[in-house]
Amino acid sequence: MAGLTIDNVTKSFGDLDAVRKVSIDVQNGEFLAVLGPSGCGKTTMLRLIAGFEQVTDGRILIGDKVVSDRNMHVPPERRRVGIVFQNYALWPHMTVAENIAYPLKVAKVGKAEREKRVEDALALVNMQGYGDRRPANLSGGQRQRVALARCLVAAPSLVLFDEPLANLDVHLRASMEDEFAAFHKRTGTTIVYITHDQTEAMALADRIAVMDQGRLIQLATPRELFREPANAMVASFIANGIVLPADVLTAEESGHCRVRVLGTEFVVRCQPGEKPRQKALICCRSADIEPAAPGEPGFEGTVTRSVYRGGVGRIEVAPTDAPDCSLHFDQKEPVTLEPGMTARLRIGSGWLIPEENAG
Amino acid sequence: MLQSLKMRQGQEMALTTVIAAVAVVLSVLPMSRLLLEVVFPGGELSVAAIEAGLANPATWRATRNTLVVGIGGTVLATLAGTAVALLVALTNVRGRRLFVLCFVLPLMIAPQITALAWLQLFGPASPFLKLFGIAPPIGTPNPLYSPAGIVLLLAVQYAPLVFLMVRAGLRRLPRELVEAAQSGGAGPFTVLWTVILPLMTPSIVAAAALTFVSCVGNFGIPAFLGIPANYLVLPTLIYQRLAGAGPSVLPEVAFLSVLIGVIAMAGIVAQDIIARRRDFRIGSTSLPPQPYNLGRWRVVAETVMWLVIVAILVLPLFGLVLTSLISAFGVPVTWETVSIRNYTFVLFEHAAVTRSFRNSIFLSLAAAGFAVLVAVPLGYMVAWGRSRWTKALNLAVELPYALPGVVMAIAALLIFLRPIPLTGIHIYNTVWIILYAYLARFLVLALRPTVSGYHQIDRALEEAAQITGAGLLMRLRTIIFPLVAPAALAGALLIFMTALSELTVSALIWSSGAETVGVMIFSFEQGGRSSEAAAISVIAVAVTAALMLLADLFAKKLPSGVLPWRD
Repeated sequence: MAGLTIDNVTKSFGDLDAVRKVSIDVQNGEFLAVLGPSGCGKTTMLRLIAGFEQVTDGRILIGDKVVSDRNMHVPPERRRVGIVFQNYALWPHMTVAENIAYPLKVAKVGKAEREKRVEDALALVNMQGYGDRRPANLSGGQRQRVALARCLVAAPSLVLFDEPLANLDVHLRASMEDEFAAFHKRTGTTIVYITHDQTEAMALADRIAVMDQGRLIQLATPRELFREPANAMVASFIANGIVLPADVLTAEESGHCRVRVLGTEFVVRCQPGEKPRQKALICCRSADIEPAAPGEPGFEGTVTRSVYRGGVGRIEVAPTDAPDCSLHFDQKEPVTLEPGMTARLRIGSGWLIPEENAG
Repeated sequence: MLQSLKMRQGQEMALTTVIAAVAVVLSVLPMSRLLLEVVFPGGELSVAAIEAGLANPATWRATRNTLVVGIGGTVLATLAGTAVALLVALTNVRGRRLFVLCFVLPLMIAPQITALAWLQLFGPASPFLKLFGIAPPIGTPNPLYSPAGIVLLLAVQYAPLVFLMVRAGLRRLPRELVEAAQSGGAGPFTVLWTVILPLMTPSIVAAAALTFVSCVGNFGIPAFLGIPANYLVLPTLIYQRLAGAGPSVLPEVAFLSVLIGVIAMAGIVAQDIIARRRDFRIGSTSLPPQPYNLGRWRVVAETVMWLVIVAILVLPLFGLVLTSLISAFGVPVTWETVSIRNYTFVLFEHAAVTRSFRNSIFLSLAAAGFAVLVAVPLGYMVAWGRSRWTKALNLAVELPYALPGVVMAIAALLIFLRPIPLTGIHIYNTVWIILYAYLARFLVLALRPTVSGYHQIDRALEEAAQITGAGLLMRLRTIIFPLVAPAALAGALLIFMTALSELTVSALIWSSGAETVGVMIFSFEQGGRSSEAAAISVIAVAVTAALMLLADLFAKKLPSGVLPWRD
């Protein structure tokens, strides 16, 4: 087992920085998810860790050993890293057992020992008895299990998952998710898990690194990411957060401050040390928004869309004072709001997005 | 740890070096040796060879003839190949697979055999015409001994090449482009004229360029049809000079072969210019267009298609077989005159022919085997490598094949005329010099399918092995070779079929004891013994056709696109 240190890593392809000054410390035994929209640089990140790409700048350490820096590059075959590929990458010309035995063969493990460990690995992923099959004769989920077994059989110090569930259907995804979590708990292997699916990342990871346009935007626990997003991108990306302009009225006091949003004042959570400022942003969730009772303070908006979702209606509203920022909330039965109607709403709570550092 | 790290990176370095060295020895060395001979004959800068060559009227005559048959053959082959490709790819004619196999077969048959087969069809001695009693009177010249005959046979030989390339282009034509034109009210011919043909320009032009290069470099057809009529093209002029005067005329023939190279390159450059004039790029990928329903005309089209096969394949081969069965050339075919005497003679009694079969099989096997060994790692570097040298490497391997075979033969002669420096090994006048030329010339035939095989393999399969700790050689052996082997072997098969009755290269560098099948056919025909030549040819064609059918049986196991005649 080993931790992973990504220290100020940049990877450029020509003029384009696919990864820009990213630093992440992964603890020994930690499950880290790297999350981001496609093209954010997460796959490049994985290929840098695995050694398929060389860093342009910065360094990568596995355990306390430098494997990549500007002048030096340990090739993938010397990194003792395991990968579970998105499309499984099982060798079609070998049986399941031969696929799994391959890393042991490379490591020159004796035949008897090899067979035993292949059996163990097959048992670990609940695939006993499939050793003689060809990959072509397996279902997607079974292939994924074999790929996992092949990766585990050599007991790598670090396991990388490259969107391992992207090619599976929804039902299989949920069960494989459970298996990955169980596997991590059982073995305590350090895992870096690349995905664009945030529910997957939330469900599995100890911490999530959100990337966008090659940069690391936020590295935090799932809970923190949801409740205290570091900037507007994370706020709107995670769970469809609503970002609204705000003026901060009071300084922080025990983690809260008073803001004015769309003409109404209320209290939101915030970072320590926040001071009154203009043109701030808050993030709130659809659960934080509800229709205002008569006489209660609130703001008006026009309903632009109403989608009935069984039990609740998802209502989208354009506030009268700021028609550009759309917000949405769920109205419980009976769903009465229709497009074109005017609604009076109030925001119960939210998070003051910290002032963005330049860069 | 550090040591083994160095060792592993060393593997990669060593492989790159070996492959680069092979490319240099097989491509850069012969080409530069040839140029050196033209500009520095005898070690001194001199334009004497060029001047002498330019001053000789024979050079100009042969150049003009080369251009005439080259352009004529290209135009005819392009028209015919494109028309057949359109018919097969866009309409609902039946029996396509068999038709394609038959139509492409002439491409796999050596040109001199095509020439021989056609010669047996016409002319006063034709056993075929005699069957019907319509042979022209003795003394009438064979109508194929003419520029028109050469052009016709070049077209028969290379129309399949155009067909294959244009059909490959048509397969990539997205059906939306055709359907958009149809819904705009365009009839089938309007769609063909305004959408399909313009979009196919790059394929057609590329095919025409390749055909032009093949036509100007072709030796077998002008040798069989042109030499009797004293109509010389550059390759046959080189052959006559060299056969007549020996190595002393090397500077002169080196100049002539560079001249062929220049003409061939002009064709390639012209293609490049035309292809760049407009944007022909097809953005989307999609299903190919629905086959156009010919309705009542389908039967007509099918009849014409099979009549074409009868004319270009069945009749000539029939004529060839008839000739091979008669005891002496000119004798009419009756039950009394038919015998397999010629076959037993060439197979068992004639020492040089038996030797030539052994030599050609050895040469073909060796060239094919070596090509696979080189093509797998070379294809790895070309398809997956990121070095900026890969493009140069690819070009280096393509060049000897893009240039006419005569050029390669002369270069090989120049290199090995004297013993190899430092070793003292002398391979001139042995079978090894032919092997060298074959390796250089045919390597690309294995490289192309191998590279396309690589492009169809998910690179993650190699990365998965790399991540487990497997070094490059281990990966090549256990993962990469098994995965690309089918493609590489298909390439090897192409090499084997091409090399088995090859003539252009070996005609110039063969020697007694190192005869090839192609050379034997040629010398029997030149000696007026067409029956024996036909017998050898029939055997060669039978082997080629058997190999094609065999490969066809395994086609399902091969990556798509590696067998040229298959989809």
